[in-house]
Amino acid sequence: MRFAAALVVVCVIPVVAAAEEDRGYARIPGGEFATSLRYEDVRGPSRVASFEIMRRPVTNGEFLAFVDKHRQWRRDSVAAVFADASYLRQWPTPSRLADRTQASQPVTRVSYYAASAYCAAHGARLPLWIEWEYVAAADETRRDARRDPRWRERILAWYARPSSQALPRAGAQAPNVYGVQDLHGVVWEWTDDYSALLVTGDNRVQENAERNRFCGAGALSMDDRENYAVLMRVAMLSSLGGSDTTMNLGFRCVREVR
Amino acid sequence: MKPLLLLLSTIVALTPVAFAAPPLPRDSVYQLDVQLTDDRSRVASFRNLRGTPQVVSMLYTSCKFVCPMIVDSGKAIEQALTPAERSHIGFTMITFDPKRDTPQMLARVRRDHDLDASRWTLARPAGRDARTIAGLLGIRYRELADGDFNHTSALVLLDADGRIVARTERIGGLPDPAFLGAVRKTLAPSP
Repeated sequence: MRFAAALVVVCVIPVVAAAEEDRGYARIPGGEFATSLRYEDVRGPSRVASFEIMRRPVTNGEFLAFVDKHRQWRRDSVAAVFADASYLRQWPTPSRLADRTQASQPVTRVSYYAASAYCAAHGARLPLWIEWEYVAAADETRRDARRDPRWRERILAWYARPSSQALPRAGAQAPNVYGVQDLHGVVWEWTDDYSALLVTGDNRVQENAERNRFCGAGALSMDDRENYAVLMRVAMLSSLGGSDTTMNLGFRCVREVR
Repeated sequence: MKPLLLLLSTIVALTPVAFAAPPLPRDSVYQLDVQLTDDRSRVASFRNLRGTPQVVSMLYTSCKFVCPMIVDSGKAIEQALTPAERSHIGFTMITFDPKRDTPQMLARVRRDHDLDASRWTLARPAGRDARTIAGLLGIRYRELADGDFNHTSALVLLDADGRIVARTERIGGLPDPAFLGAVRKTLAPSP
C-alpha cells in the first residue's frame, strides 16, 4: 500500500511541474491607474497596457538552471561590474543549492543585470515600476485595494518582521485577483526602471545643492504618508545600483501578451 | 617561396595585435558589449574607448541648463591639464536620449562647445543600452511627460581598462579638485 502511494506521488509530480510551466504567467488586462508616486510632471492617471506577469517570483532552482546554461552569470565567473561580491552567496557552491527547500524559495542576492539577463533569456523583461505597482495594488478580490486600511496594514506588518527569518517557498501565499502571488510579504523585487526612480528628500525644503542634482523639474515626491507601504519600496529601489544585491531582493519577469 | 613570405609577413603583422589585448578586468565597464554611434555617424564598440583613460558623462542635447554645464565641467578638467597630460586622455559624452539625439544633434554640441575632435567623443547608444550604460556609471534618469529628462549629473573617470577610478557630482566651470587630482594621478607615468 505504501509502495502504491509512493508510486502515485512519483507519477503526479511531473504532471504538476508541466502544468506549473504553462500557468507560469498571469494575464493582466490594461487599464487606467493612478500611481502612488507623485511626480511633478504627471497629472491624473496613466494608461497601463495589457501584459503578462509571472505568478510568483523566480526561485533559486530556476535561477540555478539559468546559470548552468549561461555560465557567464555563475557567481564564480560573473563580471564584477554586473554583480557585487554577495551575488548568489546563499548557495553553498556556485552550481549547487543547499536543499530542496532552498530550490523552492525565491532567489535573492541577484543584481539588476543578472535579473534582466534571466528575463531576456526567457523572452521576457523585468516589469516597469508602474506595471508592478498596478498588479500589486490588488488583493484577493479587488484590483485596487489601496484605499483599504487593512491592505496597508498587512503590508506594513511584513515590513516590521525581522529579515533574518528564513524565506517561505515561492507561491505559498494566497493569489490576488489576477492569480499573482507574493507581491507583498516575501521579497522585494527589481523593476526595469529602478534607476528612473529619482527621489528627493522633501520637495518643500529643497536645498540648492539637491536641486542641482537633477536637470529640470519632475522630481518624485516622497511626502505621501498615506502610501508609506509603496514608497518604502521606491525608496529602496532608488537607493540601489545595478550591480547591488541584497538578501531580500529578488525579481519576476513580465512579457507582452501572446 | 612567395606564399611562404606572404604567410610570414602576415604572422609578423598580426602578432602585435594578438598580444596587445590582455583580458578585460572583471570590474571594467567595457565588460558591457554595446555599440555607439558618434557625431559623424561612425559606429564603434563602447570597448574601443579602451586604451586611453576617459572622463565620461551622460546628457541629452535638448537640455538647456545642466547639460551644457556637464560639457563645461569636462572642458574645465581638460583646460586644467598640461598639454602632455591632455594628449593621453579622452572625454566621452553619451546621450540618454537616443530617440532625439541624432549624430547631427551631437555634432551641434561639438560645434557649440568647440570640442577637440582628437579627444572628445559624442556618442549615441542604441535603444535600451543607454540605461545599461547609465547603470554602470551610476547615473539615474527618467523621461518626463514632455520629453525632457530628470537626471543626475556626474563625471566619471575610467582608467585605460575601463575601471571606475573616481567620480564627481560637482558640475560647473570650476573643476572639482579631488576629481582633477584623480585624473592627474591616473595620467602620471607609473613609477
